Amino acid sequence: MGLDFSVVPQYLDILLLGCAWTIGITLAAAVLSFFGGIMFAVAALYGPWIIRLPFRLIAWVFMGTPLLLQLFLIYFGLVQIGIDLPAFVAGIIGLGLHFAVYNSELIQTAILSVDKGQMEAARTVGLSRGQALRKVVIPQAVRAVIPPIGNNMIALLKDSALVSVIGVSELTLSAQRAIGATYRPFEFYLMAAAFYYVINLGMEWVVWRIERRISISR
Amino acid sequence: MNDQKNFVEIRHAQKSYGSLEVLKDISLTVERGQIVAIIGPSGSGKSTLLRAINDLDPLTGGEIFLDGVQVNKTLPHRQYEKHINEMRQQIGMVFQHFNLFPHMTARENVTMAPKMLKGLSKEQADALAEEQLEKVGMLDRIDYYPSRLSGGQKQRVAIARALAMKPKLMLFDEATSALDPELVDEVNMVMKKLAEEHMTMIIVTHEMDFAAAVCDRVLFMDQGVVVEEGPPEVVFRNPTKDRTKEFLRKHLAGAK
Repeated sequence: MGLDFSVVPQYLDILLLGCAWTIGITLAAAVLSFFGGIMFAVAALYGPWIIRLPFRLIAWVFMGTPLLLQLFLIYFGLVQIGIDLPAFVAGIIGLGLHFAVYNSELIQTAILSVDKGQMEAARTVGLSRGQALRKVVIPQAVRAVIPPIGNNMIALLKDSALVSVIGVSELTLSAQRAIGATYRPFEFYLMAAAFYYVINLGMEWVVWRIERRISISR
Repeated sequence: MNDQKNFVEIRHAQKSYGSLEVLKDISLTVERGQIVAIIGPSGSGKSTLLRAINDLDPLTGGEIFLDGVQVNKTLPHRQYEKHINEMRQQIGMVFQHFNLFPHMTARENVTMAPKMLKGLSKEQADALAEEQLEKVGMLDRIDYYPSRLSGGQKQRVAIARALAMKPKLMLFDEATSALDPELVDEVNMVMKKLAEEHMTMIIVTHEMDFAAAVCDRVLFMDQGVVVEEGPPEVVFRNPTKDRTKEFLRKHLAGAK
């Protein structure tokens, strides 16, 4: 039996709803991973050891273990200690923290490569170290790593498929539901792949726009 | 207000990195409105001394006073940070490599600190930026990013940035050393203008002509000590110490 896409339109609403969930979760996790990444980077570089140590530990756990396991821990594990998160919230936190750790590594390197004259100039006009970091050093560091952070965000989009296993009706799970009803795996997985690809193009466009805006302003 | 004679006072400044002593018991006073040039070979400690005045390179011994207030007070960390940030607002500094903030326009470079630290409104900040950039002849480039400015223009914006905090003292750390020769004059002109307005300035420089023309006093430093000091006509024309003579001979010959 060959490919037959005639069954698809009937389930298009489910797939589109899945797309909406995928986009929503990806955007929320991307924002969390961006600001979390900056916080982690600053904590790792400038925090006292009492802050640095737990951040180091979090980074080690999130980089050294599978994302799937992290999602299980946050969704199923935390219930045991009384933290019962909705699945999509658990998914956003898991994805967000996971990629925050990767973003943080990029941002740390970028902060260290900002010319030290920048910090000096900011301090000589009277800014505190924190103010100088916030207004002068971090904005430059972040601008320098927008392209690799963009790559991380595309990886995040693709890894968002993993939250289907904790029951979030995002694109992959929606495709599986449609398959359950029609026994047409090839068609629906291909459709899901096409949707992921289109969302991906959209994200690349957004990253490109941000990059371009920054490069014009210099 | 303090006695004008020792507006800036450095007492027994000493700095060492491990066993290497880069400043050896230097004392110096600068009157309000005076312009002092520090000259000397590289590694003589002149930049280190300048950078000690606003505590960018903290001394390991000795005291620095500005207008009667000790800059490098011994205080608990938190209090010291607050104190030094306040002191630095009164001490403008201009660097060899400009250190303009590349992600900000000339206007934003000038207004960032006054807005943050003095709570200026947008209107006040804009007026301040116009006033200061006008003074350095950069008003027509007010919304340019540093990447679109020449070295001399960048340095003039950097001077405007320092002036925007209305400092009592300006420090210049080889402000023209990184510039192409044809761009040096425009920066020197701005510094001359400040001199005419009686800004107190301490200038580390390699430009003997400029030092001779503008400064009230010249200090020659070598190996962490002040070898000779006096009015420029004395230090440049009739130096008494051999080391000064040798430095000037080499330097003036090299300049030609």
